[in-house]
This record gives sequence, C-alpha cells and structure tokens, in this order.
Amino acid sequence: MAQRASTASKESTQVSTQVIKDLHERMVRIRLFETEAGKLMEAGKLPGFLHLYVGQEAVAAGVMAALRDDDQITSTHRGHGHAVAKGVGLREMYAELYGRVTGACLGRGGSMHINDLTRGMLGANGIVGAGVPIAVGAAFAARYKGEDNVAVTFFGDGATNIGAWHEGANMAAILGLPVVFVCENNGYAEFTPQSGHMLLTDVADRAAAYGMPSVVVDGMDAVAVHRAATEAVERARSGAGPMMIEAKTYRYFDHQGVKGLRHPYRSDEEVAEWKARDPIDLLEARAVADGTATRAELDDVWQRTRDEIADAIAYAEASPLPDPADLLLNVYSG
Amino acid sequence: MTTATEASAVTPVAAARKLSYVKAFNEGLAQAMREDENVFVAGEDVAGYGGVFRMFDHLLDEFGPRRMIDTPISEAALVGLGVGAAARGLRPVVDLMFMDFMGVCLDQIVNQAAKMKYMFGGALSVPLTITTASGAGLGAAAQHSQSLEAWLAHVPGLKVVMPSDAYTAKGLTVSAIRDDNPVVIMLNKVLLGSAGEVPEEIYGIPLGQAHTARHGCDVTVIALGRMVGEALAAAGELAAEGVEIEVIDPRTVQPLDTETMFASVRRTNRVLVVHEAVTFGGLGAEIAAQIQDSVFDYLDAPVLRIGAPFSPVPFSPVLEKAYVPDRARIAQGCRRLLERS
Ligand SMILES: Cc1ncc(C[n+]2csc(CCOP(=O)(O)OP(=O)(O)O)c2C)c(N)n1
Repeated sequence: MAQRASTASKESTQVSTQVIKDLHERMVRIRLFETEAGKLMEAGKLPGFLHLYVGQEAVAAGVMAALRDDDQITSTHRGHGHAVAKGVGLREMYAELYGRVTGACLGRGGSMHINDLTRGMLGANGIVGAGVPIAVGAAFAARYKGEDNVAVTFFGDGATNIGAWHEGANMAAILGLPVVFVCENNGYAEFTPQSGHMLLTDVADRAAAYGMPSVVVDGMDAVAVHRAATEAVERARSGAGPMMIEAKTYRYFDHQGVKGLRHPYRSDEEVAEWKARDPIDLLEARAVADGTATRAELDDVWQRTRDEIADAIAYAEASPLPDPADLLLNVYSG
Repeated sequence: MTTATEASAVTPVAAARKLSYVKAFNEGLAQAMREDENVFVAGEDVAGYGGVFRMFDHLLDEFGPRRMIDTPISEAALVGLGVGAAARGLRPVVDLMFMDFMGVCLDQIVNQAAKMKYMFGGALSVPLTITTASGAGLGAAAQHSQSLEAWLAHVPGLKVVMPSDAYTAKGLTVSAIRDDNPVVIMLNKVLLGSAGEVPEEIYGIPLGQAHTARHGCDVTVIALGRMVGEALAAAGELAAEGVEIEVIDPRTVQPLDTETMFASVRRTNRVLVVHEAVTFGGLGAEIAAQIQDSVFDYLDAPVLRIGAPFSPVPFSPVLEKAYVPDRARIAQGCRRLLERS
C-alpha cells in the first residue's frame, strides 16, 4: 500500500517572489555560516566535532519556509543548517561552537547539540535517530494542548536503520499525529553508501510499512522541497496525520570536518556532478531568468549575510568562557 | 615485519618496539583473528573505512568481507547478531564506536548477552566481545564522552576491561576474544595515539588480574583506564616531595582483583580511588566498600574517591578540563590522605 503523494513531480509550479527570496536568503545564511565554521575548524579555533551541511541547504530552507515560528523541529548531528533556517541566532550558534558561555547551550553542548526553544528548535542530537521519537512527542503535546502546530523531524538515510526511527514512525502513524518526517538522503551514512546499508532505492518506501504517505523530491531544488513540505505540513496541521518526504541531496564536505580523507569512499567526479547542480546556483539562475530577482539583489543578500556572519564570529570570539565553578548548572530543574 | 616466532626467539618478553594504543589493539585483534577462524568483526564503518578511530585499519585487506562486516546503523541488531552468532559457536567482535551508543542497545547487552548462559542452564556460552571508545577530552560533549563502566560492571554475566596503555590494549583484547563470556573493551579515546612498548607476539593479559604499575609505601592509588597515566604522573610529582605512592591498575573492572588491592592497603594504609566516570555510584564506591569490608583495620584514613562531578560531560574545553580528574587532583588527594595521621 505504498501511498505516494502527487507532489513527486520535479516541475515546480509557480511560487511567489517572496517565497523565492525567502528560500534564497535561508540558503545563503546556511552556506556562509557553514563555510566559515569550516574555516574556523581548519584554523584550529573550534573544539570538538563539526558535521557540515553545505550542499543540503535546499532541504532545510524548503521545509523551514513552510513552517511557523512555533512549529517544532528535531535535528541531527548535522544540525547547523536546520537551526540557521529555523531562525536561531548566528551569534548564539557561533558562540556555542567556540564553547563560550553566551552560546546556545551556554557552552555545554557544542556543534552537535544546538537548540533554541524560542525558535521551536528542539535540538540537534548526537545519537542517530534519537530526534525522531522526540518530534513525535512534541506533536503529541501540540494535539494534547489543542494547539495546531506541527513537528518536523529531520534524519539521514542511515538513521532509518535505527529502531527508534521505526518505532517513532509507527507511533506517529497509529496516533495520527501532526509530524512530518524529512529524510535528507545524501547517499551516505558516514562512509557507507546507501547501497551498503539498505536494499531500497527510495528510503521513502519505508513509510508505507507504517501506512504513512510519502513523496520523493529533488533535494537540490528548494522550490520542490518547499512545495512538498507545504503539502505535508498543511496535511499534518489539518489533522490528517504524518507524512514522509525524502529529499535526494548531497553533502559537499566530509562526514566530519572539512576534508582529509585517508580512505576515499566517493569519487571527485561524483562530488563535482552534484556541485554542478548546486541548490543556491539553481535557485539564483531561475530567479534571474524569470525576473524574480536581479543579480544585484541576490548579491546584496550575500553581502548582508557576510557582514552578519563576521559580526557573529567577532561576538563569539569576544564572549567569555564558562566558569568552571558553574559545572553543576542545569543538571536538574529546581 | 618479523613474525611472532622470530620475535619471540630474539626477545622472549618485551621487544623494545613502540606501538600506539590503537595499533596495539589492532595488532592484538588481527592476531586473535589469525589464531581462530571463528573470530569475525562487525560494526559501522569497520571494514571499508577501518573504523572512525582507525581501530580496524587494514583488517579488511587481510581478512576479507566474510570476517570484516560493515553494518547499518542498527546497534541493537548489531549486538543481537553477536549474541546469536556467539550462541552458535562463533566468536564475534562487535564495535559500538562510542560507548554512549550503548544506550540504544542496552537490552541486547544486559538482558540477552549477559544472561543467556545462565538461563540456558549453562548449556551454551556467549563468547562475544564488544569494543567501544569511552572517555572525555575531545570536546565531544555529553553524548559522546561518557565512561559507563559502572553500568556494565553491575551486571552479572558481563566482563569489563579498561586498557590503560598500549601494552594492556593488546593483551586485554586478545584475552577478551579468547574468553568464553561477553566482554566489553573500553578503549579510551584520549589514549588512542599514545605509544608504549608492545611485544610483537600474541599474548593475553589475564582478565581479573590487577597490575601494580608503580611500587610505593605511602599511599595506594587505584586508578582506572586513563587515570593510571595521570596517577603515575602524580607519583612523579609526589616523589619530589618525598612521598612514594603505589599505583594499581585493575585492568579488568569486572571481575575485579581485590586481593592485589588489599595487599597494597596492608602495606600503605591509605587509599585513593580515581576514575573518569562520575563519582556517585561509580566503581570507586564499590572498591572503597570492599576495602572497608576486608582491610578496615589497616586503614589510617577513610578511603578517598576522586571522579567526575555529578553532571553530563560538558563541551567547552575549560569546563571539560575542570570536569575530568587529573594528576593535580590526584596529587592533592594523596596529600590530603597523608595529612590525617
Ligand atoms: C546511535 C548512533 N550510532 C552511531 C553513531 C555515529 N554516527 C554519527 S553520524 C553517523 C552517520 C549518519 O548517517 P545519516 O543518518 O545518513 O546522516 P548523514 O551523516 O548522512 O547526514 C553515524 C553512524 C551515532 N552518532 N549514534
């Protein structure tokens, strides 16, 4: 009973000029946040691990542009893009990467754990698949309280092999909860290609096992992602239950960090092929071609964002470190 | 590379050859795989990539995909695969990458692997080895830095080893694989690159046998895993002050060699237990209690414990550094014990 929604078509129909500009801005913010973070990591300024999102921007932008501020998301170890697109402050995010007390987790969490309740960002997560049941719980709370917000859970192709994913999907389906499952299929789980960890071509097929409709979209096309997300979110908000979106996308950098592979697990040609369909380039080309935006307007977004990033990094670097005397802060409530 | 026989013919015990902790582990595993056809390795990115910590480097080249298996991210199924295969006579080595990921497959470890022999009336055994990386120090934060040995050591049926250096990493690995019980090897992330002298031939270190890493007469420091090195460094500092501490490395925390500890306490009369895990409910509590049960009359001061505060592991390096016990805190602890006459 594989139910595939109608939005599988790659042809993006008309979306408003405002939506295009919104998608563009969200993607540029992610791109610049991430490339600068990568440089800081390479310069030895950031402790810990850094899983970069560059290449996958169309997914976060497309989904987040379909959400309200009070809708909730759960994210993964590769969570910066989701946080930026959901509107988490760049200052708090960089400060967290630096381990400063002004960071999103007061310096306690680092790259893999950024969260912001004021933006409905229920957390990046160091445990693969762990965010899935949490989003189901957030959706449950919304319905319980009679609120109409939805929860979106982001996960990779690899994460759908975890028990928590399957239990969460079935729970959401049987309870008919307002959850949108978003698989960012970048083709790899760490260094293992999708064909090495599942026999499916489309991860979306897994949704059928739980009676959940699904759709496969081009994850490099922000407009296509946005249209699918809008349908899934509206569906969930109206009480029709969960839905899954699989976005086929790609990460440009290494699984962790920027580069430096001792064992090449994918070819330069493959990376180049995906880069040739860069999600930001695609959107910009389309916007200029159809007169939605001028090149100058697009360049202006890049410049404004660059300035904002520079400010956020300066803020992080000037921020104080946490005080070890506060080591037990927030272990318990009350 | 010389063969094991050549090496042992020239230098029977410790060849003066330095190897990193992670390479020593790798060598022990490879030798155990050569020794026994039933040993295989399964885990995420262990074969093609060689493991995210390089623990399994080059093993695919030698042993091929029949014995080196990359699995999906499915830890419960991974450990369960090991339990079932072990029950049918194989000797699986399954890798959990980060110890924290035990959280998603604890049932298979605690309720299945640990209890199977007992519940089958002894009719089978579960010679399963679980390898994993534990410990803080890499800025990996709360979900990638824990030391959870106390969880495991509390479960009858499991064995738990904590190699403190390259030599023990190899010897304990070989023994864990040869052992007929489920054994968890906790490799310490910070130690991976640290080098030490490692014999080339295959050797096992008996599980449940502590090692006196340094002899001294004033204070006994019982240190787990990475804390052994910190304790030895503290010993150097204290020696300059005329204090001689004895450092005991239990090597295996389940079973725990209490006799070696008791014998030491009878000589020094003062004990400090140090581990990276949180102090509350940690193995320090168990060790202190056993010492009080058995050699209370020899104590000149209450047993002192040093561990981490009761908090998740923080990310920021300043906090992480304050969180994990170090040589300075160990030295200070020894001084405090000596102040009590
Ligand atoms: C339970 C658990 N197992 C293993 C890991 C180690 N790990 C971190 S990311 C990752 C790969 C995740 O792949 P995927 O879900 O496809 O996401 P992607 O990295 O491609 O974005 C693995 C195995 C983990 N963090 N948690």
